[in-house]
Amino acid sequence: MNTPLLSRPVDRRDFLKFTGLAGGGFALAFYIRSGGDAAAAALAASASADFAPNAFVRITTAGKVTIVSKQPEMGQGVKTSLPMIIAEQLEVPFKDIAIEQGDFDLQKYGNQGAGGSNSTPNNYDNFHLVGATVRTMLVDAAAQTWGVPASECRAEKATVVHTSGKKLTYGQLATKAATLPVPEKSAVTLKQPKDFKLLGTRVAQYDTPAIVTGKPLFGIDVKLPGMLYAVYEKCPAFGGKVVSANLDQIKTLPGVKDAFILAGNDKLKELVPGVAIIADSTWAAMSARKQLKIVWDEGKVATESWEGFVAQATAKAAQPGARVLRKDGDPDAALAGAAKVVEANYVYPFISHANLEPQNTTAHWKDGVMEIWSPTQIPSIGTGMVNRVLGIPPEKIILHLNRAGGGFGRRIGADYLIEAAAIAQKVNAPVKLTWSREDDMKHDQYRPGGLHFLKGGIDAKGKIVAWKNHFFTFGEGGSPGSGGSLSADEFPGRWIANYQADQTMFDTGWPMGPWRAPGSCVFPWVFHSFIDELAHAGGRDPLELRLEILGDKDEMPAGTPPGGGKAKGGGAPYNVARMRNVLKFAAEKAGWGQKKFAKGSGAGLAFHFSHRGYFAQVAEVTVTKDGELKVDRFVTGADIGAQVVNLSGAENQVEGSVLDGLCVLKSQEINIERGRVVQGNFNDYPLMRITEAPAKVETYFLSTNYPTTGLGEPALPPVAPAICNAIFAATGKRIRQMPLSRVDLRWS
Amino acid sequence: MPKYTLQVNGQSRSVEVAADTPLLWVLRDHLELVGTKFGCGIGQCGACTIHVNGVPSRSCMTPVSTVGRMKITTIEGLAADATKLHPVQQAWSELDVAQCGYCQAGQIMTAAALLKDNPKPTDEDIDGAMAGNLCRCGTYMRIRAGIKLAATLTLATGGAQ
Repeated sequence: MNTPLLSRPVDRRDFLKFTGLAGGGFALAFYIRSGGDAAAAALAASASADFAPNAFVRITTAGKVTIVSKQPEMGQGVKTSLPMIIAEQLEVPFKDIAIEQGDFDLQKYGNQGAGGSNSTPNNYDNFHLVGATVRTMLVDAAAQTWGVPASECRAEKATVVHTSGKKLTYGQLATKAATLPVPEKSAVTLKQPKDFKLLGTRVAQYDTPAIVTGKPLFGIDVKLPGMLYAVYEKCPAFGGKVVSANLDQIKTLPGVKDAFILAGNDKLKELVPGVAIIADSTWAAMSARKQLKIVWDEGKVATESWEGFVAQATAKAAQPGARVLRKDGDPDAALAGAAKVVEANYVYPFISHANLEPQNTTAHWKDGVMEIWSPTQIPSIGTGMVNRVLGIPPEKIILHLNRAGGGFGRRIGADYLIEAAAIAQKVNAPVKLTWSREDDMKHDQYRPGGLHFLKGGIDAKGKIVAWKNHFFTFGEGGSPGSGGSLSADEFPGRWIANYQADQTMFDTGWPMGPWRAPGSCVFPWVFHSFIDELAHAGGRDPLELRLEILGDKDEMPAGTPPGGGKAKGGGAPYNVARMRNVLKFAAEKAGWGQKKFAKGSGAGLAFHFSHRGYFAQVAEVTVTKDGELKVDRFVTGADIGAQVVNLSGAENQVEGSVLDGLCVLKSQEINIERGRVVQGNFNDYPLMRITEAPAKVETYFLSTNYPTTGLGEPALPPVAPAICNAIFAATGKRIRQMPLSRVDLRWS
Repeated sequence: MPKYTLQVNGQSRSVEVAADTPLLWVLRDHLELVGTKFGCGIGQCGACTIHVNGVPSRSCMTPVSTVGRMKITTIEGLAADATKLHPVQQAWSELDVAQCGYCQAGQIMTAAALLKDNPKPTDEDIDGAMAGNLCRCGTYMRIRAGIKLAATLTLATGGAQ
């Protein structure tokens, strides 16, 4: 629960501006500013922030309609889904629309970051207004041309039709429309959901033709005239520096144009020190790299290991944590008085993002201008870093956004981008930096691992009466890594009368960064697994106990201890009614409690609220006697508000999240020894293969009267606990360690 | 640098590159065919899958010097007729299989080879044939459905064979 609940539209003042196009078409740039109210302030605190200048529609006299997509596309589908919103209001068949990826341009488009599942909620209302405003202007243009009231005209299929049957196409109206004033928001009528023809349907991604035929599309596909190719070797141990390298020898190798050391800027996630090799092809650069001999100063991080921290955590588990995140009631007394106490330790490792497209960026330094092509999630982070580290003023940085071969949070970091720019500054040509898979895996910004030492107490009826957790997390530079900070309000905090969560952090020199649903991607695995333990200890049905915990209240405000009192902060308001409803909905779709399973098969469930979405999931699994796990069926109930934008994309995001959650659970583990990552490629960091994919993945959307929200992340958090709870139901084995590859699942 | 004349997508293409250069990088850097993707460099992910004499092969592990005059087909040349899509490409488009799309050229090449050998694959056949192609986004359910749909689509002339 790391994003605020946006329960009402943000107040906006709207500014419209348009310009004539060469050739007589018209372009409408739509400027929207946030009203500065509390919701906007809350949004500003999340990954995407302001509502500055925003969208862009272009219609030529030939009738060609182009929509610019401002958000980076990385497989989450925004290049298709967000323009669909405009197209719906604009009344243009989607197949006739061209979509262009906008370059990074703060003045023109405002916030262009893609992260936190914010792209849809941050743009949804604006894009309706953009489409409706353009349509209104076209209708006005037709009405004026015919000398009839606009009320007698309607728009359909890129044409304005008068009640008499007269028609003018948008192309025919473009020149006239370009002369009209932009209407006030109050003069624009939004098409209502009951009339939607496009939203909620299944639309294939706009880039599909290019994807299936192999057209250049991704960052790694960029090729410029005269372009050179770079590789960059960094110290295997985090924070290490280059002492010396055999640059003279490297420069003599075939195809090599240059080789040099970059000192870096002493920041773990910015310009990391290393040796660059520039060559006339990727392979020449990679081949020369094999001959590199570098003397490193590995630094102090080279003494740190995961196993060492695990041993420390285990030794300190029974002691009070360094910080008490939350304490409600008297957990110790409640445990002492409980009918039954369950103790359990949960542990999960660091993991990598493993985007299938390795990190890369192309940069060209010419005449004081840095022009960059990059598959980045949040472009302003990269340009900010170029400005800060290389001293290039913002107006001299041009950033083109390429489709990214997977994001998952990794490309919020811009280390690869700053490396490319720093290399380009020393090369008199455009240069493309390509990371190897090993670079990618050994120099990621990892999802931090963690350990939870839990005690739970239940009363004679199996009700949870006490909950204590000592959580050990990992930090960098004195604060927990992204997703490594447990909120004081993390469920079931706020719902249990005697509750305590302590946190102890190990400070490291290891780079950490946001990984799909930071925090939420793993805390619910621990807590919904432990709730399941308590349910079984008390002889309670896991669904029924969860409904009891959620209780009858419809909303749980942020930071409110049970029974009221002063807010303790760190959380978000929690719409309990939505969660209850979606939990019952998923259970009903799955037929929870209706099925009889043979030994070795079983069902489990979990739920989670994050990224403004309410999700409940039910897994049905089979574990063979020799310990092989098969997910037979996986059911998701999703409440992301009133409107699914693109049903195909939405289902794809949920299916992808289910497989991602399963993949992490089964096999993913980054081990750090002596300050360096042990794993290096997919042979020792296996991604899930098709043979492991569930037989059936079912997704059901529960439409509710709330704003439409995003889908990149919130379907993932309950996946692992639902599956582990199903494994327990199937085998009696409680999974307290990730990944499963370390757990013996055999039974007899 | 030795010179190689390769048969790529029905055309003769000449390159001067080091003998150990993987076909992947010849295609991407020298022949402007970037549909074939770099994922791991060790034959683990399948993003670089092409057809060599109709057989799905890992171009990241195939040195250019070993190819000779064998027929190389990449995603760009999969459809025999450039104005039409191969049935697998059609099915992928219809079912909106891709998420990020980075692995899909490799998936499509493997799927096309499967259907050529086995026009009506079972679920097990599909999983078996596709097990070497990783998808980080998790489109495996749609890949299964896409192959089944492609099997039912009228086989076009097909350039991959």
